[in-house]
Amino acid sequence: MNKIFEIPLYAYERSPDQDAPAPVRHPVVVIGAGPIGLAAAIDLAQDDVPVVVLDDNDKVSFGSRAICFAKRPLEILDRLGCGHEMVEKGVKWDVGKVFFDTRKVFEFDLLPEEGHAFPAFINLQQYYFEEYLVNRVRELQDAGKPIEIRGKNKVEAIGTHDDHVKIEVATPEDSYTLEADWLIACDGAGSPTRRMLGLDFVGRVFEDNFLIADVVMEADFPTERWFWFDPPFNRGQSALLHKQPDGVWRIDLQLGWDIDPEEEKKPENVIPRLKAMLGEDVEFELEWVSIYTFQCRRMERFRHGRVIFAGDAAHQVSPFGARGANSGLQDTDNLVWKLKLVMDGTAPDALLESYDFERIQGADENILNSTRSTDFITPKSEMSRILRDAVLDLAEEHEFARPLVNSGRLSVPCTYDGSPLNTADALEDGPARTRPGAPCPDAPLGDDFLLPSLAGKFTLLTIDADAPDHFEESGIEVTRLALSVKDDKTLALKQRYLGVAPSAVYLIRPDQHVAARRESWNENIFRTAVRRATGQE
Amino acid sequence: MAELILTPNIDAPDDFYADLLAAHEGLSKTESDALNARLILVLANHIGDREALAQAITAASDQG
Ligand SMILES: Cc1cc2nc3c(=O)[nH]c(=O)nc-3n(C[C@H](O)[C@H](O)[C@H](O)COP(=O)(O)OP(=O)(O)OC[C@H]3O[C@@H](n4cnc5c(N)ncnc54)[C@H](O)[C@@H]3O)c2cc1C
Repeated sequence: MNKIFEIPLYAYERSPDQDAPAPVRHPVVVIGAGPIGLAAAIDLAQDDVPVVVLDDNDKVSFGSRAICFAKRPLEILDRLGCGHEMVEKGVKWDVGKVFFDTRKVFEFDLLPEEGHAFPAFINLQQYYFEEYLVNRVRELQDAGKPIEIRGKNKVEAIGTHDDHVKIEVATPEDSYTLEADWLIACDGAGSPTRRMLGLDFVGRVFEDNFLIADVVMEADFPTERWFWFDPPFNRGQSALLHKQPDGVWRIDLQLGWDIDPEEEKKPENVIPRLKAMLGEDVEFELEWVSIYTFQCRRMERFRHGRVIFAGDAAHQVSPFGARGANSGLQDTDNLVWKLKLVMDGTAPDALLESYDFERIQGADENILNSTRSTDFITPKSEMSRILRDAVLDLAEEHEFARPLVNSGRLSVPCTYDGSPLNTADALEDGPARTRPGAPCPDAPLGDDFLLPSLAGKFTLLTIDADAPDHFEESGIEVTRLALSVKDDKTLALKQRYLGVAPSAVYLIRPDQHVAARRESWNENIFRTAVRRATGQE
Repeated sequence: MAELILTPNIDAPDDFYADLLAAHEGLSKTESDALNARLILVLANHIGDREALAQAITAASDQG
């Protein structure tokens, strides 16, 4: 049977652009049909902004790569029309176990908070993830939305101009030139766009090598995340075992920096390692093996005139904490509504500068977290190893040491504190988790949930407060969602949005982040907040 | 925020010091290093306050 990642999903087809007498201009071109490029394109096309995605390949991700997807990206995907498919196919898990040498040190339960439409995490192969995004693209096409994926279209040169970008594309038949008002570069860690524009990374570079193996087995390991420090089958290093759909298990074996990747990848070297880990008599089949070298770094700026970088092209992190694809989806979630407002002339170009501010903040947070995990997992000095081992030894008996064990802090969305789009918090003693800049937490709403009614537009969320049902400010339409704490018997709405306040009015951005909040409606203040949230103040 | 105590605060300091040495008696350098590391973590948790811990790290570093 062919694996999904071996079938061309967007095979090369000749485009009329290739035969046009002069380069055809498109409003938006996206380079890369990875998870981030596809998400960006869907987001644009849903709102009728025409978009062309170019990819030098014609298939989904080879092998599973990313497997762990967090709540926030699933909520974003829900807005893009394909969150629930992912959850239905994905494996849900809550329990993790930590081993040190031959002992189980402790186990934890993520104890996900109630009252959210989406689980804290699912495990799903990246190839399924991308397949569902491609399916969603097809669905939009069937509905007549202006979205196109061009497979085997390799970008070879980029010319930047004040008001557009020129793109040279090679296809299996010939080369052609395209123009774009805006270019979103989602061309991955090795981003040719970055290279062609002569832009480079800043920040700390850390390297380590991992043997990543996806094995198919009928094993009765439970649906849990198992992490080993210094196990007998991988001395001095770490290991991870995690379940994916279809009886596929992800195994990560840390190899250290001083290795020969080609040697390590050979089945005769991989299989004995896996047998030592899983037990001699466990039957398994290798689906995919790869040596993965990672780095923690980001571009100095993500926006360069009409070229905007997102996903791995803009930043990379270690795999601990599953922050790669998860944070890339937050990039495009942040970018697309802003770009739409700038493109239709509603908001000034300055709004796009806030993409840099907010997503660099997000990238730095991810890099900080994954660097700390790396420092714990791979101690850099004798003393850091001694301290690390002390934490693990104590954790077995003493609960206090367990929060210090860092085998990856799982991805949570960034709160854009200090963003130029925020209006100062004016809800006295309001919950910190919904302060300006924060992503709105979900809450039950009758038989449904809150987040879908906050998606893709500016919303005035009122809880036991009066306000106009609708207003317009500087070209931005704001619609009210009027709720009462009485609507939600679980009290989640009250806990998450009111705290001790008797009422609240929230201004919420199209990406479901809070822009402003106070106890009651005030026309002047909220009009100013709308202008500020759209770069007009 | 608690202020780090840097004036004498241990009851019977000689007894405490003797206990500390006794805990290390007969241990190899590796075992002693591990014991010290565990001890730091246990004490740090007892203090808990981040400000006091930061001051403690500074106070200890300044003597290096
Ligand atoms: C082993 C492993 C485990 C991981 N685990 C996780 C995890 O659990 N959770 C998580 O969130 N992330 C994880 N990641 C990270 C995740 O895979 C990446 O962050 C994610 O794929 C980034 O998506 P992207 O769209 O930015 O780039 P990519 O997926 O790399 O896509 C880039 C696309 O650009 C195309 N392209 C490149 N050059 C050109 C060109 N010149 N012209 C046209 N097209 C071009 C490529 O063909 C490709 O389709 C993991 C990664 C690895 C390797």
